[in-house]
Amino acid sequence: MRVQKSILCAAAAIFLASAAPCYAGKVVVEGSTTVLPIAQRAAEVFMDDNPQVEISVRGGGSGVGIASLLAGTCDIADSSRPIKEKELEDAVSRGKDPKANVIAMDGIAVIVNPSNPVKSLTKKQLKDIYTGKISSWSALGGSGPIVAVSRDSSSGTFEAFGELALDKEKVRPDALMEASNQAVASVVAKTPGAIGYVGIGYINDSVKALELNGVYPSKETVLRNRYALSRPLFMYTNGKPDGDCKSFLDFIMSKQGQILVEKEGYIPLGG
Amino acid sequence: MKSSISKESVYASIFGILAFACLFFLAGITLVLFKEGLPLFAKVSPWDFLAGTAWYPTHEDSEFGILPLLAGSLWVTAGAMLVCLPLGIGSALYINEIAGNTQKAVLKPLVELLAGIPSIVFGFFGMVVVAPFLQRLLHIPTGLCAFTASLILGIMAVPTVCSLSEDALSYVPASYREASLALGATRWETLIKVVLPAAGSGISTAAILGVSRVMGETMTVLMVSGGAAIIPRSFFQPVRPLTSTIAAEMGEAAVGSTHYQALFAIAMVLFTLTFIFNIAAEILSRRYRLKLGLQR
Repeated sequence: MRVQKSILCAAAAIFLASAAPCYAGKVVVEGSTTVLPIAQRAAEVFMDDNPQVEISVRGGGSGVGIASLLAGTCDIADSSRPIKEKELEDAVSRGKDPKANVIAMDGIAVIVNPSNPVKSLTKKQLKDIYTGKISSWSALGGSGPIVAVSRDSSSGTFEAFGELALDKEKVRPDALMEASNQAVASVVAKTPGAIGYVGIGYINDSVKALELNGVYPSKETVLRNRYALSRPLFMYTNGKPDGDCKSFLDFIMSKQGQILVEKEGYIPLGG
Repeated sequence: MKSSISKESVYASIFGILAFACLFFLAGITLVLFKEGLPLFAKVSPWDFLAGTAWYPTHEDSEFGILPLLAGSLWVTAGAMLVCLPLGIGSALYINEIAGNTQKAVLKPLVELLAGIPSIVFGFFGMVVVAPFLQRLLHIPTGLCAFTASLILGIMAVPTVCSLSEDALSYVPASYREASLALGATRWETLIKVVLPAAGSGISTAAILGVSRVMGETMTVLMVSGGAAIIPRSFFQPVRPLTSTIAAEMGEAAVGSTHYQALFAIAMVLFTLTFIFNIAAEILSRRYRLKLGLQR
């Protein structure tokens, strides 16, 4: 009997803890893998300054984050796209009120293998490559077959790319589908004929970023709205952020937080 | 005396419940699969689902044709069998028939150790080492293709095939071998014409369970097969098997959406396929036991 009682107590405690988000110094952040590096870095620094607060950060993708926010299993949902109408309807039916907080800007860079002589593409050419109209680099100043690398259809970057670059047309069926930005970059780095797209934060020396319509993907071109493939990054909260959620978001929006944003390779809002 | 009987019956019922729990889980899983998957066919006809050639689950103009995924699974499975059957059966023959006791004591546990390596490790190894190596070696556009997936899955299935084949070989009565050798057959003739046929259906069982293992493998194929939903025309094209499609997309599919139901329907197809394979393996192994007069 006593055992049962203590199990009941524990269950009740777990239930209460999960029912009261942003409570007792614990913040759960979940969602987009694009926002993940910012959230992780910011959480580390924030926890150093505020040891009483425990922030746990998980990836999973924008959709997963928003679904968790609506289910009440996370406090902040990272997302690389605005919330969908369907998700908003779902939120209303569950009595939730998701609020968008723009925390940084991101550009989607088109990358190729460093051995590829091609330096720039037009948006039209990019679209033709990804919809399957162009299949060889020879039409673009290089040589060999094009290996198109895409993110999996469930990623926020895939959706953003589909809208910004492909005008919602379908990606060619023979494109390789990779599960993360790192995976795309590593496949492109190891495959001479590959082309891929990643968040600007994932450009590194092992791949080459291309100019698009003559504009190189950079902080400046994204903030000035000159680079075609750019987008805001969100942290969604349920209602207006309060308590530790608010202090964490305030920290990210602060000068110190935005320096971290830049260090992780994204574009801080102030420029 | 009385108390010991009641104790016995308590133990019996506890273990009975444990044994039937398995059945309960199986029934639960089947029920959920069909409950979540079947509503798909109110929106997409079974024909369009099974024979459709385009898989665009998240597009506005969505298409749910799993033929490319089915073809991807079958290609990879067939390729993996080409790798694992010679390796698995060959090593079983060596371990059981040729190796001495010391070699046997080392080899068998080592082969079985291969089964203990997590599939993600195989996948990572395939993605980072094998795929780029094959891409340079064979001058193919990308190393993430059906060939690489087959190779790695084939190696992963070797322990299953080897260990079950070895069991089958060890059940062949010694009298068969002795009779053959006594008639003047060489060791090789005995092996190929007597032992192998006698263990034949046991080895077939091993092969079929190997097929199930390969077909159900998820993490490794997700990482090395490339993930392109096309019907492959060669082993060097990327493929997107059924399992990796579910793994890659389930996380983002909204619960109850057509996409979600389609993923459950894919799981139904996979479940049916492996179910058929397992039944076939069971029938074969039963026939084999009868043939050798074994009561097991």
